[in-house]
Amino acid sequence: MEYKNIWTMAETRNGNLKDVSFELLSRGRALADKLEESLVSVVIGNNVNKEQLNELILRGADKVIVVEDAKLSDFIVETYSNLLVDMIGNYRPNIILSAATVNGRTLMPHVAMRLHAGLTADCTDLDIEEETRNLLQTRPAIGGNILATIKTPDHRPQMATVRPKSSKPLDIDESRTGDIEYIKFNTSLLDNRVKKLESKHEVGGDINIQAAEIVIAGGKGMKKSENFTMLKELADNLGGVVGASRDAVDRGWATYPQQVGLSGKTVTPKLYVAVGVSGAIQHLAGMKTSEVIISVNSDPDAAIFQVSDFGIVGDLFEVIPLLNSKLAKEVK
Amino acid sequence: MNIIIPIKQVPETSNVKMDPETGTMIRDGVESIINPLDLYAIEVGIQLKEEHGGKVTVITMGPPSASKALKEAIAMGCDDGILITDRKFAGADTWSTAYVLAEAIKEIGEYDLVLAGERATDGDTGQVGPNIAAYLDLTLGTYISKVEEVNKEKIVVERLLEEGYEKLELPLPSLLTVVKEISYPRLPTLRGKQRARKTELPSLTVKDMNVDESKLGLKGSPTRVVKIETPKVTRGGTIVSAKDDDQLEAAVDKLVEFLKSKEIV
Ligand SMILES: Cc1cc2nc3c(=O)[nH]c(=O)nc-3n(C[C@H](O)[C@H](O)[C@H](O)COP(=O)(O)OP(=O)(O)OC[C@H]3O[C@@H](n4cnc5c(N)ncnc54)[C@H](O)[C@@H]3O)c2cc1C
Ligand SMILES: Nc1ncnc2c1ncn2[C@@H]1O[C@H](COP(=O)(O)O)[C@@H](O)[C@H]1O
Repeated sequence: MEYKNIWTMAETRNGNLKDVSFELLSRGRALADKLEESLVSVVIGNNVNKEQLNELILRGADKVIVVEDAKLSDFIVETYSNLLVDMIGNYRPNIILSAATVNGRTLMPHVAMRLHAGLTADCTDLDIEEETRNLLQTRPAIGGNILATIKTPDHRPQMATVRPKSSKPLDIDESRTGDIEYIKFNTSLLDNRVKKLESKHEVGGDINIQAAEIVIAGGKGMKKSENFTMLKELADNLGGVVGASRDAVDRGWATYPQQVGLSGKTVTPKLYVAVGVSGAIQHLAGMKTSEVIISVNSDPDAAIFQVSDFGIVGDLFEVIPLLNSKLAKEVK
Repeated sequence: MNIIIPIKQVPETSNVKMDPETGTMIRDGVESIINPLDLYAIEVGIQLKEEHGGKVTVITMGPPSASKALKEAIAMGCDDGILITDRKFAGADTWSTAYVLAEAIKEIGEYDLVLAGERATDGDTGQVGPNIAAYLDLTLGTYISKVEEVNKEKIVVERLLEEGYEKLELPLPSLLTVVKEISYPRLPTLRGKQRARKTELPSLTVKDMNVDESKLGLKGSPTRVVKIETPKVTRGGTIVSAKDDDQLEAAVDKLVEFLKSKEIV
């Protein structure tokens, strides 16, 4: 049986689909059209919201495969990997895309190893090579200093994780139709060795800088912890969240989950505002692919200005409060 | 508690300068260091050994010069180092790298925990840790930010997620990949450095291992790099100055206009 069709892995949390599930469909749709193959969204979880399953179809999927079971409500990589390996054996997809999230970056390498499949991490661009119909996967490497294009000529499925927020979901198209197939979870695939004891969700929601459309990041130039309230205010004015450079995190002005960069998170928001951040290469690695970058820095030679679409050379303690007061008026 | 830590030698990137004209990396004088994210794994490994006894073995797959990374880890407090080196490994992607490291770990045997870095700062995939776990059928914890409890049979850890943390209990042996939050790496000591100098580093080559040669190096790697580009670093944006009050007012107004033009406000 030949390998055919494109799969995108939906992600669920408490029965709801995360945004990345829809973002991946716009990637998958473009590939499916080029190859003239079907686009299938794969959903693993428990009690998944039915309306959202249909939304997967309205936003690009030709088919949805759902595996639901109480035992699948927690992400346990061994069980999920057993299940996915089993499904791949039965359906033989040509391409599998997953979001480059904590769970996507755990499950995909686990599965790829077992299948001797090629896997490309954290792609920012995907295309089809015309002559060979192979998947071309482009990703930043060496701290974002190079872009490498990778293909997997002789192994199937071709697997890739895709950077969250690097594409937008397609608009809902009410005229689209497709099948939703439920498959029964075969409990022999259950792996009971690892137990999830509890989960703690951060209050305030500031923590998920990767899912945010707008990130306001503070650096060492913020001088002290209390000054971050200024950034929170800016974030509230613009509808975003607060991130930080490593220096700010190391000084305890922000928490590690807020850290952007090589040893923190990679973000691709619509807008990134860097305040009192110098733009060290390790910081740039985590935010360079943002759609729009704005920076405020008193040093005209700061490297952050090189990657900025708009920069103000000035004292952040003057610029940010004035900006906040002007924005507050705009919002009204 | 015996711990194996795969570490990678990478080019030192904190001093990397980009040529603004050509957009290429200036490589002159770029030194090789231990992957900075592996230092956190080394630190937790040493701490666990100090608390529970046993030993820490660092392993690396790379050219003979990668033994420098092993020596550095020993200078920090690791006990043994093994260099996995062979021309046949050249060009390995994450699949093939993990295959060789996993076979080496099997060869070493007798371990309770494998600790890997979250990702290497050069290849930047974060795949090798989970790959090794899958190949050896070791239970896996990724993005681990804290070790809460360890005994002979199990380890309780905290895992960093996008929207918070979760607590997992894993049996031993397991493989964990760790994030920066887990530890604060110590510096090598003088005594450590002396010990490192005296420590013999055995090496493993293809003939010492039970590996299938068709799975090694470039030939054994499912993926192929077909193109490398160096993206332009500069965006050539608008930079305005706000040195005095008038300039400040104008600059902030211009920024608000810019935000409007991008439909953010
Ligand atoms: C292996 C490794 C991994 C790393 N990982 C990361 C990472 O993930 N993320 C990260 O961010 N860094 C990382 N770094 C650190 C990185 O090299 C830089 O040290 C760090 O990004 C600098 O943080 P900063 O820009 O906040 O501080 P600085 O470089 O000190 O910059 C502060 C800036 O604030 C400006 N400023 C000061 N006062 C004012 C004012 N009143 N108004 C306006 N501007 C002002 C200054 O001009 C300066 O440009 C890593 C380093 C290494 C070696
Ligand atoms: N060649 C190698 N030798 C030893 N360990 C490695 C090697 N490559 C990767 N690793 C380990 O795997 C982790 C993830 O690397 P990567 O998947 O390349 O981002 C690293 O932090 C190391 O712990």
